[in-house]
Order: sequence, then C-alpha cells, then structure tokens
Amino acid sequence: MKRDSIKKVVIIGSGPIVIGQAAEFDYAGTQACRALREEGIEVVLINSNPATIMTDKQIADRVYIEPLTTDTVKKVILKEKPDSILPTLGGQAALNLAVELEESGFLRENGVEMIGTKADTIRMAEDRELFKEAMDRIHQPCAESDIAEDLDSCLAIAKRIGYPVIVRPAYTLGGSGGGIAYNEEQLHAIATTGLHRSRVHQVLIERCISGWKEIEYEVMRDHNGNCITVCNMENFDPVGVHTGDSIVVAPCQTLADKETQMLRSAALAIIEELKIEGGCNVQFALNPNSFEYCVIEVNPRVSRSSALASKATGYPIAKVASKIALGYTLDEIQNAITKKTFACFEPTLDYCVVKFPKWPFDKFVHAARSLGTQMKATGEVMGIAPSFECALMKAIRCLEQNMFDLRDKELDGLSDEELLERIHAVDDRRLFAVAEAIRRNFSFDRIYNITKIDKWFLEKLRVLLDVEKRLKTEELTRDLLYTAKDMGYIDQSIADFTGKSVEELRRLQDEWNIHPVYKMVDTCAAEFDAATPYYYSTYGTQNEVDPTSDRKKVMVIGSGPIRIGQGIEFDFCSVHSVWALRKMGCETIIVNNNPETVSTDFDIADRLYFEPLTPEDVLHIVQVEKPDAAVVQFGGQTAIKLAKAIEEMGIEILGTSFDSIDEAEDRERFDAILNQYGIPRAAGRMVYTCEEALKAAEELGYPVLVRPSYVLGGQGMNIAYNRQDIIDQIGIINTVHQEHPILVDKYIMGTEVEVDAVCDGVDSMIPGIMQHVERAGIHSGDSISVYPALSIPAHIQDVIVDYTRKLALSLRVKGLLNIQFIVRGEEVYIIEANPRSSRTVPYISKVTNIPIVDLAVGTFFGKTLPEMGYEYGLQPARPLIAIKMPVFSFEKLYGADVDLGPEMKSTGEVLGIADNYDEAMAKAFRGAGIHLIRGNALITVRDSDKEEVLPIAQGLYKMGWKLYATEGTCDFLSDHDIPCVRTFKIGTHTPDIADRVLSGQIDLVINTPSSNTEHHKDGYRIRRYAVEAGIPCLTSLDTAKALYESISHGAEDNLSVIDITRLEEYKK
Amino acid sequence: MKALLMLENGMTFEGHGFGEERDVACEVVFNSAMCGYPELLTDPSYAGQGVVMTYPMIGNYGICIEDAESCKPWLSAFIVHGVSGLASNFRCDMDLDSYLKNNHIPGMYGIDTRALTRVLRESGTMKGMIAYGDNPDLDQMKKTIEEFRMVSCVPQVSVQNGHVYGDGPVRIALHDYGVKQNIIRCLVQRGCTVKCFAHDCSMEDMLAFKPDGIMLSNGPGDPQANTKAIAELRRIYDYGIPTFGICLGHQLMALSQGFDTYKLKYGHRGINHPVKELASNRVYITSQNHGFVVNAETVDPKKAEVSFVSMNDGSVEGLTYENRRVFTVQFHPEACGGPKDTGFLFDRFLTMIKKGSL
Repeated sequence: MKRDSIKKVVIIGSGPIVIGQAAEFDYAGTQACRALREEGIEVVLINSNPATIMTDKQIADRVYIEPLTTDTVKKVILKEKPDSILPTLGGQAALNLAVELEESGFLRENGVEMIGTKADTIRMAEDRELFKEAMDRIHQPCAESDIAEDLDSCLAIAKRIGYPVIVRPAYTLGGSGGGIAYNEEQLHAIATTGLHRSRVHQVLIERCISGWKEIEYEVMRDHNGNCITVCNMENFDPVGVHTGDSIVVAPCQTLADKETQMLRSAALAIIEELKIEGGCNVQFALNPNSFEYCVIEVNPRVSRSSALASKATGYPIAKVASKIALGYTLDEIQNAITKKTFACFEPTLDYCVVKFPKWPFDKFVHAARSLGTQMKATGEVMGIAPSFECALMKAIRCLEQNMFDLRDKELDGLSDEELLERIHAVDDRRLFAVAEAIRRNFSFDRIYNITKIDKWFLEKLRVLLDVEKRLKTEELTRDLLYTAKDMGYIDQSIADFTGKSVEELRRLQDEWNIHPVYKMVDTCAAEFDAATPYYYSTYGTQNEVDPTSDRKKVMVIGSGPIRIGQGIEFDFCSVHSVWALRKMGCETIIVNNNPETVSTDFDIADRLYFEPLTPEDVLHIVQVEKPDAAVVQFGGQTAIKLAKAIEEMGIEILGTSFDSIDEAEDRERFDAILNQYGIPRAAGRMVYTCEEALKAAEELGYPVLVRPSYVLGGQGMNIAYNRQDIIDQIGIINTVHQEHPILVDKYIMGTEVEVDAVCDGVDSMIPGIMQHVERAGIHSGDSISVYPALSIPAHIQDVIVDYTRKLALSLRVKGLLNIQFIVRGEEVYIIEANPRSSRTVPYISKVTNIPIVDLAVGTFFGKTLPEMGYEYGLQPARPLIAIKMPVFSFEKLYGADVDLGPEMKSTGEVLGIADNYDEAMAKAFRGAGIHLIRGNALITVRDSDKEEVLPIAQGLYKMGWKLYATEGTCDFLSDHDIPCVRTFKIGTHTPDIADRVLSGQIDLVINTPSSNTEHHKDGYRIRRYAVEAGIPCLTSLDTAKALYESISHGAEDNLSVIDITRLEEYKK
Repeated sequence: MKALLMLENGMTFEGHGFGEERDVACEVVFNSAMCGYPELLTDPSYAGQGVVMTYPMIGNYGICIEDAESCKPWLSAFIVHGVSGLASNFRCDMDLDSYLKNNHIPGMYGIDTRALTRVLRESGTMKGMIAYGDNPDLDQMKKTIEEFRMVSCVPQVSVQNGHVYGDGPVRIALHDYGVKQNIIRCLVQRGCTVKCFAHDCSMEDMLAFKPDGIMLSNGPGDPQANTKAIAELRRIYDYGIPTFGICLGHQLMALSQGFDTYKLKYGHRGINHPVKELASNRVYITSQNHGFVVNAETVDPKKAEVSFVSMNDGSVEGLTYENRRVFTVQFHPEACGGPKDTGFLFDRFLTMIKKGSL
C-alpha cells in the first residue's frame, strides 16, 4: 500500500545530454513525475537541463534548473523541506549525488528519506568489491576481475588474469574511460585515463569475454519481494561493444528456454539479493558454446536500456518504479496498457524490436569510428516489426543517413581483402560490411569467426539480401513484391533493384492489394483487449487502427533520433504541440521512432505510430489515418524535410506552408525578400562545384563560410581562410550526395543574437532576444546564450524586431520563426531564418514564462496573439538573467577536434539563472561541470588573438593563477609583464606541453586554433590531451573571458536556487 | 505448398505449409510464450490441439532433443507467423521443419497470427482445420470441422506402468496423465525415486510401490472425461497419503472432491502468467497451459481452500485440502518452458512427505 508519510519528493534529473546519458532520462523522469503527482505527491525537481520536458512547470510542482551539485541539492532541500528523495530516475549523475548526501549524513539530519532503491543497495550495485561479494554470496559468476586504485596494481592484476583484459572505471557514465587492453602498453594508457575518470579513482580489471553473447534483463521488484522481468534483450554485436553502441534486439532471439530461464532466474536472484525496490538492469555475458555465463553489471536505476525495454514492450518501467517507491506492490499497480491486468506480469511480445544507435561520426569526421567499451552514440532509433529483417530495415531508415537498405556505396569498390579488413574493424559501418560479405558469398563460418555475430543474425541478413538479389534478377511477381515489402524494403530501393519507377511500383501495390496494416503494441500479444493506441506497420490481414474521429485530426511529425544539432529540444516542442493541439480539441497522431523520448510515451498523443520518418512510411500512415492536417514545424529538420512530401499527399500543413519554408531555405528566393525590405546579409553565392566555390571565395574575399543548404546544426559548415580550406571543405560535404547547392558566404565578425518569434499572420511577438557570448563564426548551438541581450542597445533591438516582423510577414509565417543576426556596430545583418521551432524554444519559454509552442499552435487555428493575451513586438525583459551553456562530449570521441566553429559540436546544454549576470554565468559554468577558483592555466593562442588574451591572462594572474604558455604566447605575455612558465612544444623537451597536461598540472587550457585544417598540428593534440585528461579546454577567447569574469567577480561563492515556477517571487 | 486454416466460424487464414503437409482437424489454441517451443511441442497436454504461437519468429534455435518433455510431439498442428531458415544454438540437433517432418506433425507458417489470436480471444477456442494445396475444398473442410470431436487423449499420452526414474530415498508414485519429463526431473533432483503409473491404474497398484507420496501429473483435455482416475483419486484422498497435483492432476483431485470444472473462453497458455499465493500475498510468474479450470464457486471451503489465484482473471490456480496432505496447482512449477519461480513447490511437497502433512 502507498505510504502516507510520503508527501513531498525531490527528484534529481540527469543534467545535460551527453553521450551515455541522453533523453532517456527525460522520458523516465517525466513519466515518474506524472506518476507521483497523480498520487497527490508534491514533486520538487532539480535538473540543470532546460531543454527537457521534465523541467516544465506542468510536470513538477517546483522546478529548479540549477547545477547538479551537492550544494544545489542541499539548498533546495533546506528550502523546500521535502520528506523524501527519489534518486533512481536521473541516471548515474543523480545516483551519485544522492549517495553523497546520504553518506555525509545530510539527508538524515534533514529528515529526508531515500525512497525506492536504498543507498546500501546502490553502493552494493555500484561498488565493484561489494558487488562481487554479493554475487559470490548467491553463487552468481562474474568475469574474473579485481579492483585497482593505481596503475601498478592494474598491471599486476592483468598479469594474473591474463590478457586481454577490460578496464572499467567505477562510477562513470556510459563506461567512459574504459577499454580493452591486449597488452601491457595498451593497459598503461587505458588504465591511466580510467583511474582519472573514476569518481573514486578506482577501476576494475576484468577478464575479457569479448565474443560472448551480450544479454540484458530489465527486472522490477517491490518491497514485498515480488519480482518480474519486463523484457530481455540480445545484442547483435557480442560482448566487447558497449550496449549503447550495439544493435540490440528484443526479445532475445537465439536463446533456448534453458538459457533464457537460467539467466532470468539469475537476474531475479540478483535483484532479490540487492533488495532493489524499483527497476534494475542486469547485463550478462553468455558463452555461445555452453551454459557458462557471467554477470557484467547491474544498474539499480532506470537506464537507457529500461527506456528501450519500456518502448519495446509497452511496460512503463519508470512509472511502476515510482509507484513502488511510494510503497505500492506490483500486484496493486494497474497495467496502464491493458487497464485490465496488473503490473505484476511479464510482457510478452508478438513482434520484435531492433534498436540501432545513432552515431555522430558524420559531424566528427576525424573522430575514431571504432566501437568498444566506451559509448559513442548520441541517440538511438527503434524499428518494430514481426520479423527481425523488417525491424532492422526500419531502424536503418530511421537513422536518416541516406541509407534505406543494406547497401553501402562505400564498399562497392573494395577488394575481398579490403572487405575482410572492414569486417575485422568493429565500427559503426560493420553491419554493412558484413552484409556485403554475405552478398559476396563469404561463408557464415568465416564471418562468424571474425565477428562472433550469431549466425542467426547472419542468416537474417542473407534472407534480406536474397530478396535484393531476386528483385534484381527475377520478374516482379505479386509474391516477390509482397515479400520485399514485408521484409521492409521501401519503394525507392525496390525501384533501384528492379529498374521500375516508384510510381509503377505503387500502382502494382494498389493493383495487387499490397498495403501495410497497423498492429498494436499491447504488452500481452493480443491475449487481452488493450486500451493503448501504440502502433507499428506490417503486412498482414488485419488492421487494428480505427481511424474514425469526430474531431479535427492532426498528425505531428517528431524529430527522430537525438543527434548533435537536433536534440531533445525538438521533442520538447513536439510534445508541447501535441498537448496544445489536444487542448484545442484536436485528435492527435504522433509519428516518431526514438525510444528515448517523451513523445513516444504511450499516453502523449491520441495515437502513436512508431515508424521511420520517410515520405513512404508517412504516406502509409496518411492513407490509413487520413488526417485533416499535419504539423512539421516542431520536429526539427527531420519534419521539415517531410513538408513537401506531406503537402503532395494532399494534407494541409498547419502554420507556415512548405512554400514559405522553401523560400527561407532557397538562397535566391530568400535574397529577393531581403532585397525587397532592405535587410542586409553577408554577401554569398550558391555553388555546385569546387571550382565555383573557389571562384566565389575569391570574389567575396576570405574568410568565407562554406556549408550545404538544407542542413541542421550547421552540419558540414566551416570557415575557409584559404584555397586549401575550400578544397578540403567541399570534399567533406560531397562525401554525401548533395541534392541542393552549397552555400559560400562572406564571413562577418560581430556579435550574434538570436530570436524565436511567434507569428500570427498579422504581426509577430518576440519573447526575448538572446545574445551570444562567442562572436559570430561559432555555431549558435555551441555558443553561450544570454537572455536578455544586455549589450545590445535599444535602437538596435528595435531594428531586430523590425526585421523579424518584416521577415515573418513576407515569409507568411504562421507559428514559429527563429532568426539569427549578426550585430556589428550599428549594422544588423541576418544570418539565417528558420520558419520552425529551434533549440532555444524550451529555454526561452521557461525563462520568460511564455508558452511559445502553445501560442504557435493557436496561430494555426487563426487566433491572433492579442486574442491569446500577448502584445506584438518584443516582450519586456524579465528581471533575471538566464544563460544557456553548451555541454560537449568530446571525451567520448577519440580524435574529434575540440575547437569550436560554425559546425555544431555540443550534445547538450545547461541553464544558469540568477538575478545578476555574474551569478548566472557562474551557475552555467558550474552546471556544465567547469568549476574553477584558481589553479594553473595553459594559454596558447594564435597571433591574431594575442592582444585580446592579454586582459584575461592578466586577470587570472592577479587572482593567483599560475600561467603556462608556449613560446610565442609566453614571449608576448612576458613582454607585457605577465609572468608565465614557458612550456616546450610537444616532443621538443621534457616536460613538454603534453606531459604537463596529462600529468594533471594544468587546470584550464585556453587554446585558439591557428587554422582549421591543422589536425596534425600541436594545437589539436593539446586540445585532445586536455579533453582526455578531463581539463576544461576553451577555444574561444569570448568563452575564456566569460569564465574569467565569472571567477573574478566571486559570484559563485553563494549561489542562489531559483524555482522557475515562481519566477515572479524573484523580482527585484 | 499453400496452406489454409479454416475455423469453426468459417473464417479462413492463408499461409504456407511446413513440417508434414497433411490435412488435419484440431482444436485451435494460442500460446504467448516467446521461447520454449521444443518443450511446448513435446508437452503431452497439447494432444489434439493445433497450437498458434503469438511470437512471430519460431525455430530460431532449432530443436535440442534433450529439451523434449516427452518422447515426441503430441500436438495436432503447429501454426506460426515465421519459421527460421537457420537454427542457431550450440546444442541444436535439427531444425524445426525437419523435426516436425520426422514426427509427422503438420505445420503452417506465413499467417497473420496476431489476427488469428484476436479472433480466438474474442470468439473463444474453436475447432479448425488446416488443408494443404492450391484449391482446398472449403465445403468439405467445413464438414470435417463440424464432425471433428475432441476426444480424451489421456489414454494416448499416459505411459504404461512401470517406468522408474532416479534412485533417491523418497519414493514417489506418479499418476501419469501425460507427464512432462521435468516434473520427474524436479523430483529426482530432490532425492526421489519416481515410478510412473498409467492413468487407469488403481490405488492398490500405486500403493504396492510403497510410495511416500503421490504425484499427479499434467495432461490433456477435458478433466471430466477421466472418470476412472477421478474415482481412484477419491480413494487416494481418503487414504491420506501426501499428494501433489499439477494442472490436470489438480483438476482431477478437485473433481474427486465434488468440485466442478469449466472451460475457459480461450484458456491460459503462456509463460508469463502471474499468480498470487494468498497465504503469503506474493505474486509469482508461472508457466501455464490449461483450457479448463476449477470453478471457485464449487470449492467447498470445508474441504479445501484456494491457495493461488490468477492475477489476470482471478480464476483458481491452486488448492490446499483440509487434511493438509494434499495440495495442487493449476500452473506448472516444473516450468520447461517458462520461469522456475515456483519450483519451491516441489520442496514443499517433499517437506510435507517428511512431516506427514503441510
């Protein structure tokens, strides 16, 4: 039964999105908050990430978007006086914080109880030694291993266990800092990083069992001891690849009942021994040739896998875990899907799901693509179908990387030997290399011996390739076409193979009556009548969707996988648009494929279609649902890309039309508007070839910005300073086939500002102007963004408002319009205008308390802003400063360059909010994990920046910092009477810069790159070393200045905590 | 070859044949387990039934003969969405198709099993027929289905007297109505010598073995058809020897005490069924396979109390009798396939034998 003593609960979120800790915690956290509130519990939320839905005032009673530090949590607890804290919903970050507060006695002193899984349990699961003892007690085998706290013991242990060994740092997320070492030299390198990364300077050296099957169980337990498994999952890639980087299938496919039950029983024994109350993830390695297995790890909390298991089965793990924390038992909690049965059952699937990771290697062309124990994916997608083949094909499509089947053009020209090498290399493209090997009739044994991918999976690829071959060689019969569609081939692929046109294929499908039907995800394989409208497509005889509706039916296109440049912000917008549409009386349909997000939770829209976001997949849904209208402006570029296709299906696009979207994207059309209104922009050209680009650059004068059109997050964008840069840049862009021209613009240096406007067709309203700390040239998503724009004078702000209004009207925008400007002196230039939601919408909505998405939806239905209670124009600035700070995941991506430029690199963001600038900035840095008072700074900047770095260096020195610099910078500083230690260039003398950085002598690196194609140069190496040693590395002097100022003003001595649901209380 | 499934209500489902392509009439039921098909195929309780698997990919790990729960498959037909072309498991002896062919079991794949399951859920378990070939005679099929009667299969699947397993100190007489091997294994592992007795043996036959306890097995079909066994169980009950019953054994003991059974609309078949033990208020996930159930309203509280109930529909899943020497469960604590969470019931049985009562 529910415990009456629990009335007010603190929930800690997971903070910024970083690799290894992404949107899954927003999904889990949001679901948990809602579950608690429906029980009448007052929820106090702490999460530094403003882009999340969980930090909405609709989700929690009190919301603190503050740095995730013990200091913050303590202050919030003292202020709010909660009776309980629920630590298992915010990933590792939240768990660590809660345990720290428990260990220090703070929770006890303040009468706060840790509910759900207890601190002892968390310690037992997280501390390697305690965990091993626990496993020994219940005779559960772990891979032979030992714990080391210094390098020597690492080497000794490895000698005893035998190489290869796996290094796993304790208390890190996404396995960061770990790896497989095959010899002493490698162990030396990996263990050094691992020890450094671990919160407790502890690593586990473990027998390497790579090649075994990796199996996961999601388990639930209540305080009464009732245990169930929600789902098991099998990794396509065997042990050795982080599960976050593995293709994962649920349920397990290659285990007989004997193995399944053996591991299930083990999972239940473990959760019982650990006395977990809530959800738990158990990972096993299973020898493919025996019943031998071992426990890899246990996560006593919701996780990426639990989010996947929830979406794969329909079982809401976070919700049930929250109810358990309140004291309910599994047999008291209703199954929200069937509304008939209870949470104490095990879901059974009548389909399979394939999860596919989304990696950022398209953004980080220099990063190592190899996959190992350190996760590199930023997001993931999931395909659902009754066959693995079709689920895999759907997942491949969901990734939106211009691949629609098992073909990979890059492999075409390879010799068999080269192909073999590709199969040996465990990287993001291995699936396609394996497929190509099967296509070339390599034997399964040969492939298996190299990859250890179970032959069952190889067989499934063969089945897919067999269809590909038949399409190429046989006459297209109904049977063959049906098979191809059933296996998940889209019309374009079939057209490529058969030589028939897509139109012809569509006609044949009509003629032969080959159309998909939609089946329900119901947790019970149709055993019970389910009430949940969660669907996937397949080819079968019975359609389960009842599309009849007496309301206006609107389809909302989601944003697909989390990737750099298109993150959780767009899920926030999609979810809010669904809520707003429902409030307007519409029936809503959401189409999306990201298992980590709130938008794909089963009770957000009236109906959820878990499907790829391609024109064909959307068309099929449209044919069944016949929606009255569609919304594309909230799902990022993914949705925008579908606008044209949807309009061609005869579906009205609510708000801004496709034509207007095109007008903003199309250079010539957009320039025409700018000319008409006299709005200046950087001169530019549209080009198709490298020669044209070089010519354009000559005409415009270097430096120039080079980028493809129709992209998100500045993908493929760079500043070119010379001919070589242009050649390199065009080469990178053209690795992906370009349907649209490449843009070459004159680069203007100035202050960047950004607005998100809501336009109703009459006029527009701007909630606030955001000013970027970093000057133009650094992608807006990577810039520190300050609201309100403090240093932009009123008359310039008026110009910005005027331009925004003119653009909104001339582009006939209805809904949202994001515009970026450069302010240089008295001139305001426009960079770009996007008639859609942007990544700043959640942040600006929260800090201004203006429901931007709701207003945008209102305009779709003809409501004007004044009718909705808002004046046109710029809204009065709030008496607070809110700073959005980017957060990066460079430490996860070996080889990726850290320097910032026009292409976005950050994975997430945090907010710093306060009533003054310095404090807000200090909070933002703190939230981003940069917490410096004084220490040693290494400064090495390009010549053109030397003047500018002077005051920063001077200031740091005066504050007691010790400065290090390389020759040029050192001479310059010394000439200006700033003492600094000269450090040697890499490889010249010992200790050189690298030694200093890696040995932990340096606390801050300020490095500005001298050219953007200098990866072989020292600067790049210094930056990488800094990242790998966990040292903040700033590559823009603007950022450095902001950091220096925030430190120098001592703002961070006493940071406030601000409840954003009660902003009016903080008025000066 | 093409295959067509027709149901009693006239609905048809198209697919393809595998296994032995032989026309067959049967009772069509569905099972929601995602693995454990070799155990299911060889579970004698499915005799006479055509089993539809709701999980769409079957045959992935082939057949491991050692996983068989009896000497051969007993079901009438096996109906699936997809059959794996390659069987992958280190113990795999053969693929599913070969196994069904070798054992003359008709199979059908390529049908919309979810649509079929929904029909069975809504309309209840039905008779049906699978016919192979391009142009099956639909009228003839209809007629065959109408004429088809489920007969009691217990005599078919029950062993001849005499098999003895194990050599432990505790002697168990197993009344076999179509036992799953793992019931025997569970007992042998716990130190029992198990001797099997045919379904129609007398109490005296069993007592001649000088058993310390009696195990009542699972088995197929309508429990009420087993009049001889029911009569013997009445005598066994009165004799007072420690007795543990599973599935059909549970139903027969209930019938012997004058309680009634009825047929569920579409049965419980799967390995994810939650049951609650009322005494401990604990929930366990169980393997189940039954179309009939003891009617709770007919359970005389003076004779027995309900010990387990289904969390899904509240039906009786276990009974403990007032003499404290007999307890029975509707579900399968021996698992295979399915969770082993209630394996402790075998320990409880042995403790009961040791103490003389529960």
